[in-house]
Amino acid sequence: MNTRELTCIGCPLGCTVTVTMENGEVTAVTGNTCPKGDAYARKEVTNPTRIVTSTVRVTGGVAPMVNVKTASDIPKDKIFDCVEAIKDIVVAAPVKIGDVVLSDVAGTGVDMVAARNIAVK
Amino acid sequence: MYDVAIIGAGVIGSAIARELSKYQASICVIEREEDVCNGTSKANSAIIHAGFDAKPGTLKAKLNVHGNEMMDKLSEDLDIPFKRNGSLVVCTKDQDRDGLMKLLEKGIANGVPDLKILERDELMQMEPNLSDDVECALYAPTGGIVCPFNMTIAFAENACDNGVSFFLNTEVLNIKKDDDHFCLETLHTDTKESEVFEAKIVINAAGVHSDEMNNMVSEHKLHITARRGEYFLLDKDAGSYVSCTVFQLPSKMGKGVLVSPTIHGNLLVGPTAEDVDSKDALNTTLDGLDSLGRTAALSVKNVPLRQVITSFAGLRAHEASDDFIIGEAEDVSGFINAAGIESPGLTSAPAIGEMVAGQVKEMLALMEKENFISTRKGVLHADTLSLEERNQLIKEHPEYGNIICRCEMISEGEILDAIHRPLGARSLDGVKRRTRAGMGRCQAGFCSPRTMEILQRELPMTMFDITKNGVGSNIVIGTNKEMR
Amino acid sequence: MKNYDIVIVGGGPAGLAAAVSARDHGTDSILIIERDKELGGILNQCIHNGFGLHTFKEELTGPEYASRFIDQVLDRGIEYKLNTMVMDISTMEGSSDKKVTAMNRTDGMFEIQAKAVILAMGCRERSRGALNIPGYRPAGIFSAGTAQRLVNMEGYMPGREVVILGSGDIGLIMARRMTLEGAKVKVVAELMPYSGGLKRNIVQCLDDFDIPLKLSHTVIDIEGKERVEAVTIAEVGPDRKPIPGTEERYTCDTLLLSCGLIPENELSKSVGVEINPVTSGPVVNDSLETSIDGVFACGNVLHVHDLVDYVSQEAITAGKNAAAYVKNGAAADAKAVEILPVDGVRYTVPKFIRPTEMDDNLTVRFRVGDVYKNCAIATYFNDTLISKRKRPVMAPGEMEQVILSKSKLNEFPDLEKITIRIEQA
Repeated sequence: MNTRELTCIGCPLGCTVTVTMENGEVTAVTGNTCPKGDAYARKEVTNPTRIVTSTVRVTGGVAPMVNVKTASDIPKDKIFDCVEAIKDIVVAAPVKIGDVVLSDVAGTGVDMVAARNIAVK
Repeated sequence: MYDVAIIGAGVIGSAIARELSKYQASICVIEREEDVCNGTSKANSAIIHAGFDAKPGTLKAKLNVHGNEMMDKLSEDLDIPFKRNGSLVVCTKDQDRDGLMKLLEKGIANGVPDLKILERDELMQMEPNLSDDVECALYAPTGGIVCPFNMTIAFAENACDNGVSFFLNTEVLNIKKDDDHFCLETLHTDTKESEVFEAKIVINAAGVHSDEMNNMVSEHKLHITARRGEYFLLDKDAGSYVSCTVFQLPSKMGKGVLVSPTIHGNLLVGPTAEDVDSKDALNTTLDGLDSLGRTAALSVKNVPLRQVITSFAGLRAHEASDDFIIGEAEDVSGFINAAGIESPGLTSAPAIGEMVAGQVKEMLALMEKENFISTRKGVLHADTLSLEERNQLIKEHPEYGNIICRCEMISEGEILDAIHRPLGARSLDGVKRRTRAGMGRCQAGFCSPRTMEILQRELPMTMFDITKNGVGSNIVIGTNKEMR
Repeated sequence: MKNYDIVIVGGGPAGLAAAVSARDHGTDSILIIERDKELGGILNQCIHNGFGLHTFKEELTGPEYASRFIDQVLDRGIEYKLNTMVMDISTMEGSSDKKVTAMNRTDGMFEIQAKAVILAMGCRERSRGALNIPGYRPAGIFSAGTAQRLVNMEGYMPGREVVILGSGDIGLIMARRMTLEGAKVKVVAELMPYSGGLKRNIVQCLDDFDIPLKLSHTVIDIEGKERVEAVTIAEVGPDRKPIPGTEERYTCDTLLLSCGLIPENELSKSVGVEINPVTSGPVVNDSLETSIDGVFACGNVLHVHDLVDYVSQEAITAGKNAAAYVKNGAAADAKAVEILPVDGVRYTVPKFIRPTEMDDNLTVRFRVGDVYKNCAIATYFNDTLISKRKRPVMAPGEMEQVILSKSKLNEFPDLEKITIRIEQA
């Protein structure tokens, strides 16, 4: 049996959560103040994930860059692959929140989507 | 071949250039940095001294008092922000009153007008924030405050308008005397190209480096020590904490520091005085900054140091002989020094300009120009206009309606003016010194990306070429994505 | 002179929510004045997610959060002027109205008469100069927010090798952001013995990328004449002075500063609003009205917030009360009770409460001055303990709150003071 102490990133509260594991299985989660903390802790010790945010270039828009995010969280060890995958992407204005900038980013099955509206210049 | 080559575009080189540009002569100014006013001239107390401090009979005494006298007309002709706010040298109860009386006597000997000793009661009426220990003070109503950037830039621009050529980013590596002229070997600090300038007369106004210039040609060696002074600049909210420039009576503990309003309404505290080995040692130090508050408290109580918006250091060119060294080197005809110009150098600059130009005029038998342009207008600050005038200006030039620096309320119009005038700004600091954009309480946090945008739009440069203050001080190093 | 019922200075999250709220509470004539080229304020450069959990029950990026409020402003047809700088606010002679002087390229300098003004100018970052960091003054020293703007909005990289001073949230966020764009963030130094940012940001911005956080450390030297070449940090003692012998030198080309935010109240001062020296923001009552009748404040200009959700909530209150002021004029003089922040509570917003005028429930927000573990927030009316709420951890980087109810206050007709303090649980 071993335990790990984590800081939940589910919300700004940042609860300190203790996860107890036995043979690679989570047997207990304590210290969380909401169900999110439980879910986060279980995931963090088995398959940690993150939302990735970045930017891509825009042509013909009122701004040179548009910010993007993964539509849902992706495996933590794919963060850099994800950033690498969108490196050379250029989108044409107009861009709308939710527009898919790159589908199935870095083989995660998750789309990279625009997170801001950019009008045509 | 130039008639005259001036090394250094600080306030001294620029003042000399401006005086000389009254005559029919070909003149160049060679400056190592990317802009004029980039050495001692940009980091000092910004004071026009009354002239009671220097030893009677010295060049410092004579040129200080005369320089001070010249400021009213110069300020009007060249649009230099200047105000006679008066100077006080305060004496605390632990100090010897005789010291103050000696200062008064020196001042009278130097010809400083209207000096008087004020007692505590009267002083407190004038300056309620003086420290409780202050007993009396020497008051010099002719003491003043000036914008050292604008003063230098004004001289340089006016010289430029009158035909003087300025070579910036140009470092003098060697000076050789041929029979009747000098060869100045230079290196362009950006392109790394060499160029030789030839001139009949060379004027050495190289600030802390003036010993190096002199020693290349003269056997009468000079030795300049860089004396560092560290300062605090406080928010405009604290700008009226004192109205006069408050000096401390020198004592065993040192010369003390001054507390003074600046011409733009900030409060200045400094300088420390420390001899340093390097002539590039423009760094502030933990100890130096730490000491400023303590020392200032001797004369002014509770200086609101929480309102410091920036600190900086300047180097003063201290020469071993302790006086300005002005005039032809004894063993090198045609090589004129304006060296060892430490305080009161800024005040003396107009008089030094006149003196050196006078010497050159004699040597080359120069004739006055008929078409000398004697005036110059600075960057138009829209906040000095009436509402109607301002709106007329914005109608004609909408850029004046677009505020870029929100702390100092500087518009795009003013920045465009700074870029497109003679010897215009090429860097963020160049814009700052000409307009004050970025000089306020947020210290360019907000306006620098916007000013960069304007610079790259107006000049043949990209965002990557834009610097804070010349070669090597680039702000951004690439675009996103290319570093991955 | 143009007339509006309410002029809102600033089109960031505070100004937007205040405008929507004022309209929804019955004021038609509203003008938002924004100095930037678009609405949304600083949120536009905050491209990370984590905004809006309270307001929208989902995690949004800054621009998404802003766009939800911008849409509400547009839906309601609320007027706004972009690229326009408010130059001055003053009271008008012979009237309770305010005069707002503003300027832009097309209208020039113009004046607006307003019945009420809502201050929503936000804040600025503390600069290197204000921190008194010794050393050279080369290029390569940026406030974290300036770097954020360059990277996220303009697409430029400020440097390759980075040291960050200050563990405020913007600094932590920029540590990750610069890392993702290929820079090497070598260390984050924090003067205090605790981080100034949210715990989640330490996990996902530093720990995820093995960036060390050195608490009780500060920068004591900056090297480099033209561009930053190295930065020296040292440990500080309890007096926050560097401890000799603990110096560590990091070669780098960039120093980012994330050392606190300062409410930007120059305009507030111009109209004569009283400023609380602790928050550097206006002193306000339960209506979020300042010492000047008809001038309200909300968001980071009032006090620096940790979460934008709270900014929006506060702005909704300010908008509602400004609308009531427009409708009813200045409130009759009512008894105001001061909230005293003591024992670890640094300040409260609001500072004064009028029990007869306030809403049924009032959120009082504040920050603590140190890290407190297993303590409680206690509220006293006069000397009577009213509530005591246990908090496992409280830190200066995070806002705390107490909710006061009107009914409870009315049980104390002789109420002289309200005290909020940190106590042992």
